[in-house]
Amino acid sequence: MAEQIPLVDYLVLGDDSHLIAHECVACGARFFDRRNACAACTATDFVTVDVDPNGTLRAFTIVSFAAPGIPVPYVAGVVDSAGTSIRANIINVEPDPEHVTLGMKVKLATYSIGTDDNGTEAIGFGFEPAKERT
Amino acid sequence: MSEDIWILGIHMTKFGKHPDKDVVDLAAEAATGALADGGVTMAEMGVLAAGNLMGSAAGIGQQLQKQIGQTGIPVYNVANACATGATALRTAVMAVKAGEVDYGMAVGVEKLAGAGLLAGGSKKAEANTWTPTGRYGAVAGIDGRVGTETMPGVFAQIGMEYLYEQDYGGTAFELFARISEKNHAHSTLNPLAAYTKKMSLEQIMGDVMIAYPNTRPMCSANCDGAAAAVVVGDSTLKKLSSEQRRRAVKVSASVLTTDPWEEACQVLPDVNTLTRNAAQQAYEQAGVGPDDLDLVELHDCFATAELVHYDNLMLCPPGGAVDFFESGATFRDGTTPVNVSGGLESKGHPIAATGIANIWEVCHHLRGEAGERQIQGATVGLAQVIGLGSACGVHILEKGAA
Repeated sequence: MAEQIPLVDYLVLGDDSHLIAHECVACGARFFDRRNACAACTATDFVTVDVDPNGTLRAFTIVSFAAPGIPVPYVAGVVDSAGTSIRANIINVEPDPEHVTLGMKVKLATYSIGTDDNGTEAIGFGFEPAKERT
Repeated sequence: MSEDIWILGIHMTKFGKHPDKDVVDLAAEAATGALADGGVTMAEMGVLAAGNLMGSAAGIGQQLQKQIGQTGIPVYNVANACATGATALRTAVMAVKAGEVDYGMAVGVEKLAGAGLLAGGSKKAEANTWTPTGRYGAVAGIDGRVGTETMPGVFAQIGMEYLYEQDYGGTAFELFARISEKNHAHSTLNPLAAYTKKMSLEQIMGDVMIAYPNTRPMCSANCDGAAAAVVVGDSTLKKLSSEQRRRAVKVSASVLTTDPWEEACQVLPDVNTLTRNAAQQAYEQAGVGPDDLDLVELHDCFATAELVHYDNLMLCPPGGAVDFFESGATFRDGTTPVNVSGGLESKGHPIAATGIANIWEVCHHLRGEAGERQIQGATVGLAQVIGLGSACGVHILEKGAA
């Protein structure tokens, strides 16, 4: 089986692919990027924590006009996952305001971005509408 | 207690297309215009603060001096995204307030006509093998894959988030389009605006979609332009002519803030907290409240941004921006006219010029010189800009009584 690599280092691939964050030990602030210190309290110790893959869509836009080479339209949004905000695309949904709505429940999903010359497949993430309970 | 600061002279060029002028021409027109307006010359200036965001490395201040007067004074070339102009003015104000100079000049200039979409597109040429780079260890471009970096998209989300928090039940698209309709209507009275045509709601909603809910006329207009101001302190103003004193406009508050850390602020820029902080400080400095404002020029870089700033500047009760707009308060005949210049959506947004041009607009009304679009009897006004990243400048200006 071809090797896989995540699009970003805070995406952990596996049977239950999920996001991780750097959490400040002192104040609990969470960050997705490599850190020098905590922007909230200036402390320097962090632990890695798993982020809940379920969330609520707090804000979105449907981008129709982007830099060359970026396929449009796409839905970009902010997902609130149990108090941690995540920037992501909203995927596996029609990109229109009838199908994408503020407050909708979403869950993490992954997709293939492509395979490089070594046969390694890059995997991206987004959030898709959570299935309605019946 | 440091002395009060005054705008002695101020000028803005026509915003729009200036194919026959370079950035130095435009900066020179604004700077010499501001000097003439104040009845002074480069010889009196003790400091020059200048901004040209797209050419930040070129040193616009010295380029300008080489055309209009190399007097050897210190130049501070500043860059603070869309708050660059306000930052230049703040720099000149601080120098005068500190007592280091008697006269300070601030200039902001940009050539952006035909620039197209700004920001976004961190998409790099993708390598043949996936290699993690940068602070997210990304193996490929993330703009468009992990949310959006485009300005229309970022500010669209900021407006939508406000509606989510307020549990708005109406149609977001139409609400924001109506804000844009107001500003385009206001611009018909502003001969210096880049666009002066009234646009119907149908035209605005039917125009090219850039990032839902922002269509093209709901985005700030890229254009060329410059603005400049000359500031002095009380002690200098007292020595000047009665005409200079009569037209001087008091800078009752001059504030610049950055965004304090809030949950999510590194995910979607938080343009709210730093604006609210700047407004709070400005009202305290000036000793006035939102109800005292006769007009407001705020940073409607997108229609979705104007709405949230009604709330951030405390023009309405917390959470009440939609009702405030629906009441008609922000139209030119309303209780708190907002963006009677046409705003960034219609007057235009030559980035570094914007933070001085909005102060020119307020001064124009306070001096009673705004012609057809004059807000009658205006005595107090507020100008706000925000540069993403973020920096927020808020100035409160009062009709002179020097």
